[in-house]
Amino acid sequence: MARPRPEPVQVVKQRRDAALKALVDAVPYIRFLDISFDRRGDELTGVLHFSDDLIGNPMLPAIHGGATAAFLEVTAIISLGWASLWDDLESGVLDPARLEAGELPRMPKTIDLTVDYLRSGLPRDAYARAQIVRRGRRYASVNVLGWQDNRDRLFAQATGHFLMPSRDGSKAGSAAPEKGAS
Amino acid sequence: MVEIETLARQFIEAIPHARALGLDLVSIDAGRAVISMPYDEKLIGDPKTGVIHGGAVSAMLDTCCGAAVMSHPSRPGQTATIDLRIDYMRAATPGQTLVATAECYHVARSVAFVRATAVDDRTDVPVASVAASFTAERS
Repeated sequence: MARPRPEPVQVVKQRRDAALKALVDAVPYIRFLDISFDRRGDELTGVLHFSDDLIGNPMLPAIHGGATAAFLEVTAIISLGWASLWDDLESGVLDPARLEAGELPRMPKTIDLTVDYLRSGLPRDAYARAQIVRRGRRYASVNVLGWQDNRDRLFAQATGHFLMPSRDGSKAGSAAPEKGAS
Repeated sequence: MVEIETLARQFIEAIPHARALGLDLVSIDAGRAVISMPYDEKLIGDPKTGVIHGGAVSAMLDTCCGAAVMSHPSRPGQTATIDLRIDYMRAATPGQTLVATAECYHVARSVAFVRATAVDDRTDVPVASVAASFTAERS
């Protein structure tokens, strides 16, 4: 049996980029902080574009710890949302045109987040990547690493828990067991 | 004591990110700070419901904690966040101003310990609570 012919690269890229853009552009706060996402396959890197409005200590100057925390949280949520969406996007169950039209999936909600401040944030762009430690049906656990000039010199890291939106919305049986099949 | 509070207030009001968020220092006194953040559409995290993004709540609480540290009677001087944990108890009600209250409850030789909560118009259950440690240089 011959395997199906692979899709043209432009088709693949267009679908993935359109879906990611729809996910990110929908959130005003992501625009407020000026965060964008670089994509390599399914791997995302958050980019916090520096602006003077991010400064928390004008004397140093340094990026506000709150802006850093928010950047890591945004990266965790988008990475989780993206991971949940990936299979449906690739199998064709989810049409990116629907996302672009504003039919967005419900995003994970933060339960808690612990941020470790390792160095002061320099007045320049920052990057972050999330590692999804576990993504269950209801809860997810995520680590996020943040760096600036050198990938090995982290300026902040965070770990957090997230409540996953119920899949299939109303169809999902509310009597379904909490744990087990995930 | 008055001058520490005045200095802390001047410092907080000069923070560009605090201004961008629309933060207002309501009160600051001996290790206790209250900061408000009016509802603003640019801070929305969930476009379907209009709920403010958790990141904005955490930035507000971090600022409030820093202010509480700076106003502590032990004069810890300049400070920076070492670690901050935030728990989100419920969504902030769209349209309502958030009010954060932080208390710096202990200052050791090099570390200040702070807790804080944020509420909207409903004050019985906080929107979020924070436990944090900050750097301190006791004079």
